[in-house]
Amino acid sequence: MAERERRLAPPRGGVFVPRVQVLSAQDVQRALTRIAHEIVERNRGLEDVVLVGLQTGGVPLAYRIARVLEDVEGTAVPVGLLDVAFYRDDIGIRPVLPEAVTEIPGDLAGQLVVMVDDVLFTGRTVRAALNALADYGRARAVQLAVMVDRGHRELPIRPDYVGKNMPTRIDEQVDVSLEGVVLGDVVPR
Amino acid sequence: MTQRRHLLSVNDLSPDEIAEVLRVSDAFVEVGHRDIPKVPALRGRTVVTVFAEQSTRTRLSFETAAKRLSADVLSFGLEGSSVKKGESLRDTVETVAALGVDAFVVRHPSAGAPAAVARWVDASVINAGDGWHEHPTQALLDCYTIRQVLAERSGQPLEKAGTECFVGLRVAVVGDVRHSRVARSVIWALAALGTEITIVAPGSLLPPSLEGWPVAAVSHDLDGVLPNVDICYLLRLQIERGTGEFLPSAREYSAGYGLSVRRAERMAEDALVMHPGPMNRGIEIADEVATLPRSVVLRQVANGVAVRMAVLFMLLGRAAESVPVPPAAMLGTVGA
Repeated sequence: MAERERRLAPPRGGVFVPRVQVLSAQDVQRALTRIAHEIVERNRGLEDVVLVGLQTGGVPLAYRIARVLEDVEGTAVPVGLLDVAFYRDDIGIRPVLPEAVTEIPGDLAGQLVVMVDDVLFTGRTVRAALNALADYGRARAVQLAVMVDRGHRELPIRPDYVGKNMPTRIDEQVDVSLEGVVLGDVVPR
Repeated sequence: MTQRRHLLSVNDLSPDEIAEVLRVSDAFVEVGHRDIPKVPALRGRTVVTVFAEQSTRTRLSFETAAKRLSADVLSFGLEGSSVKKGESLRDTVETVAALGVDAFVVRHPSAGAPAAVARWVDASVINAGDGWHEHPTQALLDCYTIRQVLAERSGQPLEKAGTECFVGLRVAVVGDVRHSRVARSVIWALAALGTEITIVAPGSLLPPSLEGWPVAAVSHDLDGVLPNVDICYLLRLQIERGTGEFLPSAREYSAGYGLSVRRAERMAEDALVMHPGPMNRGIEIADEVATLPRSVVLRQVANGVAVRMAVLFMLLGRAAESVPVPPAAMLGTVGA
């Protein structure tokens, strides 16, 4: 999810206070390497595969997966960046602003899209992302890769590739970067 | 801007809010480049355009913007409305509001009319030009266009382009400042972002007082100013607003203040020519100058849609004060 949304989330923002480091940078790298191998295995190669990182948390992860794929298969996989702000269902409920510009490489019609995000939580971002992707053409299939699945789904959505399944309390917060995964709390400003 | 209900004046906006509009506009420019240039962001909202004055670009630009956001659009001119039967603007606007409208886009020949509408209705109100007062979205799209051109030149990705590019930029605003609502918006917006503004106009077309105007200088010598500016912003000679009475003739104005081919050659190689349109070709701008690469007039129009989408989205997509926030959204969640 977008950093900006996180900062502005009602009630008017909060501060992330880290509590436990769950994965180290090395753990994240290993998980991404495994996910890259799973993508190749599941799709029997990389034909028509396009990675789409969700702004902003999924973007560095998507680039890292693409690099591993290139090392493993010798194929450069196109990476797109998708901001889902205009497709969210909570516009008008809380401040929603785009975090960055969407960049999708070409028409997605017939492609196999692997969406990449940092954390899978309620599933609403993924729902918005599926609608956004549909505007770029009818993909042959869409798969979902996430670094952390923290549960608490509000929609019937499941990931295809998971870095780590991590049961959480609904009021906790998970922070994912290439430097690691940290569990913490949001404290009102 | 996300907490704001109305856009009535550029004066209300802080430099940070202007920067935020420009940033959000970037995302809408991308939407405009898609095969299907439409997003569902404002589905179920209704936007009504109330134009009590002629307009092509502004009304169509707002309506295109609202439709690309999936809002429903009602269009309303005072010609052919019950205002002609003697209904007051207030009664008319309140009647339209009773249909269930989320935003009014108002153009009116009287300064302050949009502000009055904002007091009468609960909906958001956007000033689309009121008398000589202001035309805020024009100023925002002009700022956007400048930033876009400068970012392209520096080879910088747009999302990295803040508003630093405006600092120290030298802008000449040329022409009928007295009758121009565009000038009253664009000068404040550009000054807020740190540009240095010179007004160039004959004395009769200056406002009665320039007290409080954020301008560095006033000049009557366009030839002297042109070599030292980065942007020459030409204002339309507002003949329908009675400019004629302030000038001996349009021809004489053109001789002193029109941007002719010869004058345009005095400008620095990379300096830009801007005009809010509609252009009086041959009066404030020569036909050939309007088509030079340095003229970004059509870009201004093209960017108008994206910038108005940003304004509509930011005003109408703001968090409603009274709506209870669902628990998951309360958390400022990472990855929803």
